[in-house]
Amino acid sequence: METFTSEGALPGAAAAPPAARGRGGARLHRFANPGRFLRLSGRVLPWLAGAAVLLLGVGLPWALFFSPPDWQQGETVRILHVHVPMAWLAMGGYAGLAVGSFVALVWRHPLADLACRELSPVGAAATALCLATGSIWGRPMWGTWWVWDARLTSVLVLFFLWLGHAALVRAFEDPERGSRMGAILALVGAVNLPVVKFSVDWWNTLHQPASVTRIGAPALHADILYPLLVCALGFTLAFAALVLARTRAAVMERRVRALQTAAAWRAEAGAAPGGVASA
Amino acid sequence: MSVHWMHVSAAYALVVGGFLALAAGAAARHRAARRRLLALDPRAARRGDSP
Repeated sequence: METFTSEGALPGAAAAPPAARGRGGARLHRFANPGRFLRLSGRVLPWLAGAAVLLLGVGLPWALFFSPPDWQQGETVRILHVHVPMAWLAMGGYAGLAVGSFVALVWRHPLADLACRELSPVGAAATALCLATGSIWGRPMWGTWWVWDARLTSVLVLFFLWLGHAALVRAFEDPERGSRMGAILALVGAVNLPVVKFSVDWWNTLHQPASVTRIGAPALHADILYPLLVCALGFTLAFAALVLARTRAAVMERRVRALQTAAAWRAEAGAAPGGVASA
Repeated sequence: MSVHWMHVSAAYALVVGGFLALAAGAAARHRAARRRLLALDPRAARRGDSP
């Protein structure tokens, strides 16, 4: 049964071995205190969400109505402004999951565990949206909703990795064991990230090669590139706000479970003969 | 509305709708956890320690 420790830290924080704490570990473990995390995140979250709404409030109308159509693709090019940010979030988010999993495994940071657990459903949603918008874009441009080319297939594998992580961390009765298994899957799955990124260079794909994140200048005109960057930043902040809000909720839910367990123990102790709880 | 605009609208609706649904889910979960926490530990609210 997971409980909060006497110092108010999340489970696992007190169990971290001294060697694992180290200098970096000790600094990281300061944030394992749920009260401190809730206070800090409560201050950051409104600003994060506000900035995301502001940027998307500017970026989406700019992309939809004020950026020019492409000379070949026509109006359909506007899908780029939502498809590319989802692709970046799918990959960047997974890189974040791998880093968080590494921190959770090496320093046994309980908040990193919890953040990874809450990150994977949001990452899976972003990857699903990337696949869906790509498919909607592909139908008028390629004449098909789907092809089994290297880019599309590797992103589908990424989607399954996200789903696998989300399912695995929730599959064990002992949450710490689930988190450890999930962290290993996240680290092993990170090998797929360069495959996704370079699939368009390594194989002959129907998907176009990189046009923004490539060596040299981006291939996009500034009139299309700038709204794309504003949308990408807005979606990134929205993604971060979502993960933070979910992590806050998860911390509070753990606190609720700890309080309920303590209340049940007190009730059992009161009911037992002589007021002593039977274990 | 041309076929191209229909595809563009569908893609934007999907992404914005998806993010709004995630935000609504997170907000509902947050509210429920906060309510339960305040019910279980009213002293935290008085201490100013409630989330």
